[in-house]
Amino acid sequence: MKPAPFDFLRAETLPEALDSLAEAGDEGRVIAGGQSFVPMLAMRLARPAVLVDIMGIAELRGLDRGRGALRVGAGVRQAELASWPDLAETLPLVAAALPYVGHVQTRSRGTVCGSLAHADPSAELPLCLIALGGEVHLRSRKGRRSISAQDFFLGMMATAVAPGEMIEAVSFPLKKKGEGYAFREIARRHGDYAVVACAAVATTTGVRLAVGGVADTPQMRPMPLPGSVDLDDALNDFAWALNSREDLHATARYRRELVRQLGRATIEEAVRCRD
Amino acid sequence: MPRLTRDRRHGVRFSLNGHPVSVEAEARLSLSDLLRHVVGATGTHVGCEHGVCGACTVEIDGAPARACLVLAGQVEGMSIRTVEGLEPEPGRLSVLQEAFRAHHGLQCGFCTPGILMTLDSLFRRRPDAGEDEIRDHLSGHLCRCTGYAPIMRAALAARDVLMREERHA
Repeated sequence: MKPAPFDFLRAETLPEALDSLAEAGDEGRVIAGGQSFVPMLAMRLARPAVLVDIMGIAELRGLDRGRGALRVGAGVRQAELASWPDLAETLPLVAAALPYVGHVQTRSRGTVCGSLAHADPSAELPLCLIALGGEVHLRSRKGRRSISAQDFFLGMMATAVAPGEMIEAVSFPLKKKGEGYAFREIARRHGDYAVVACAAVATTTGVRLAVGGVADTPQMRPMPLPGSVDLDDALNDFAWALNSREDLHATARYRRELVRQLGRATIEEAVRCRD
Repeated sequence: MPRLTRDRRHGVRFSLNGHPVSVEAEARLSLSDLLRHVVGATGTHVGCEHGVCGACTVEIDGAPARACLVLAGQVEGMSIRTVEGLEPEPGRLSVLQEAFRAHHGLQCGFCTPGILMTLDSLFRRRPDAGEDEIRDHLSGHLCRCTGYAPIMRAALAARDVLMREERHA
């Protein structure tokens, strides 16, 4: 349980970090809060030759509200976002989900963007980003690109971040008038990775449901409104389409049932919360 | 840009329980191992070494954190408090520690230093923390002896004493 040796670079500016990542190529990785990545290092599931610490880069530490979205820099810790005074008002879904991300003792150091980069299929923040239709902003020495949440998560712990590239920030679309949001999760213990997590966004015209913990990445579908006789069938179709797997936490059948039950409860709550 | 190469130890400076510390360590060493093996402060216990059990919890820059999930390369400039920093004077227990003793909040004691640091950090920030909040903070710790009930009793008793002290201060 000790990481393999690596060179550890404490970047003080963004160009320094980008140059180091470009030089390291496949062998380089970013470390921010380290709450998901240090266990990967300790178990030697990751053995990078070069680690670039980005927490000393001042321009990555900001929360920036504008143009209908909250931009969260790569150096913003989960606890910092949770204590942002406008969070519950402007990003109710993220406010509801954050208490389920790890524990107090990991949110104090873990970053928002780090959780996205780790891309665990059960993680709450990727699920929220998918449900809200957010964007991830990537940066490399060659330039910038922004990528939609749908295109960012490629598979289990696999993302669109290329060698030499890093997440610079993420944008969460802010609450819109007339919309309602809900988040629910079932885990063996509070703070554990979710067996199934659901996020629902009810708009003025319909409702969409995103589900985490079942497929390799969070999946989202438009759903009928709760009054509709079609909702049960739609939830059942969604549950089967996710190709639920059995593992030591839950059977595939239990996960499908959770998608149906928890999915309905989450949708109903989101519709109730519309203002 | 500081570059801590893999082939040798590098200087790490931080504050430990209010005292400056300057040691040499490989960048890949965990803070928990740094504290125990390099500094010699063995009050911080190491359980799972991958961030699940909470035994190694210390306070970093005013917030509880897992020492096993911090690399020595990241420690530069941190302000760290450990269980060794809780005693108000040598040989005397803090209010929180005394409550754990009085209410049997520990049996084997392995998880205790981590739990004490989480609760100490919580009560410093929120002396009036409610039962739900205490429970939520304890959820980051595994205890295999007590079943948590005596830990809750100890935490609530300590909170009440600390609140009374605050009011009369």
